[in-house]
Amino acid sequence: MSEKPKVAFYWCASCGGCEEAVVDLAEKILDVVGAVDIVFWPVALDFKRHDVEALADGALLATFLNGAIRTTEQEEMARLLRKKSKLMIAFGACSHLGGIPGLANLWDRETIFQTAYRDSPSTVNPEGITPQPRHRVDGFELTLPGFFDTVRALDQVVEVDYYIPGCAPTPKIILAAVQTLLSGQLPPRGAVLAPDRALCDECPRKDSRPEKLMLTAFKRPHEVILEEDKCLLAQGVLCMGPATRGGCEALCLQGNMPCTGCFGPTSRVRDQGAKALSAVASLVESDDADEIDRILAAIPDPVGTFYRYSLPTSRLRRKRPAAAARAGEKIAA
Amino acid sequence: MPDATPAPRKFEPRIVAFFCNWCTYLAADLAGTSRLKYAPNTRVIRVMCSGRVDPQFVLEAFARGADGVLIGGCHPGDCHYQVGNYKALRRFRLLRRLLREMGIEEERLRLEWISASEADKVKAVVNDMVEKVRALGPLRLKVPEEVFAEEVAA
Repeated sequence: MSEKPKVAFYWCASCGGCEEAVVDLAEKILDVVGAVDIVFWPVALDFKRHDVEALADGALLATFLNGAIRTTEQEEMARLLRKKSKLMIAFGACSHLGGIPGLANLWDRETIFQTAYRDSPSTVNPEGITPQPRHRVDGFELTLPGFFDTVRALDQVVEVDYYIPGCAPTPKIILAAVQTLLSGQLPPRGAVLAPDRALCDECPRKDSRPEKLMLTAFKRPHEVILEEDKCLLAQGVLCMGPATRGGCEALCLQGNMPCTGCFGPTSRVRDQGAKALSAVASLVESDDADEIDRILAAIPDPVGTFYRYSLPTSRLRRKRPAAAARAGEKIAA
Repeated sequence: MPDATPAPRKFEPRIVAFFCNWCTYLAADLAGTSRLKYAPNTRVIRVMCSGRVDPQFVLEAFARGADGVLIGGCHPGDCHYQVGNYKALRRFRLLRRLLREMGIEEERLRLEWISASEADKVKAVVNDMVEKVRALGPLRLKVPEEVFAEEVAA
């Protein structure tokens, strides 16, 4: 068989957008396929887990894993692929930061199951059946993966060598990353394979941002007709550009929509949401606490706004478990 | 016969206090030189201005085991850098909302204006905050890794 480096693609808690992103390479994907052997890619190729298990440890040059870790199966696959790969690449925002599925860390397994299998208006489940890890039918035992209370990013489960950011990563970022990995001239371990500057730096609207920007109202994109060449923050629309890593070429802004932060923070920032919150709150033009609250009330969901892609990798990681609060009260009492 | 189980240790809140160099830190200093007695639960960190308190510092403190965070700055209009305390106020109002969403009670984060001469206020604020946080109990944010194994086995 060929001597080309072997790679795997895998998905965990994700939407499939990262798989689309690979296909989005269009004809450039032929260059990728020309350079590497894809030996495992469940969404596109019929190889199974036992094929991966049969590989020698370290036989894969790299695994590109997208999606956060939400179930026991995902954790097992991440560990297996880590063992078989020289390089583990967190591909896309969910794997890199926890992503949109990471917002589930505002709840826990019980509340998620209750909502999904009982309380949501479209649920019809009179017997109140919820998924069980084991179930017997006609003498056969069926199993499902276990479901964690807390969603984790990939590097909270296995060691990660590099990160390809984005929801989803853009074709340009993916190609540059693949070329870097194949070149053998590897950047320092743990690097995010994208520029280390804030998005504003590459935003085409950069020059329209006023020297001193202060706001007395925040608006959501549907509440205002947006000018196409003016800084969105200057138009009162929340844009995460100042607290987000660049490299996407301001795609959303080119579509006249604000940045929501999918590339994550730059290397100097530990907690993207806190930094974004800090930047936004400082724009409020008022020195009066009640007035400040009134202006900031236009941000109805601070966690979902500032941590849209990064709750599991934030300093707090998840909503404080109710059990911790109860234990606290007991100790205090 | 001595009891085999040791008595449970009394909970002492740990409070990280970020005090501004020009007002609140001097007030804390004055409290010391005036021999005022107050709860020993705060760990004071001097910053140049309450506006220097990045919300990341507050979250870091909570994540590393603080049960409460107190920010002390100059009274409105008195900021050595003119507007730093107003910036602190804006961030504080939004950060407290975010903490509430994350299940962290409001009383665990507090912003107070304390001028250099208000040593009494340092004493009163710290004592009051320690009692309120004591009533809430420990924060206990950490999710130990073993929890992942346990919760699935259940």
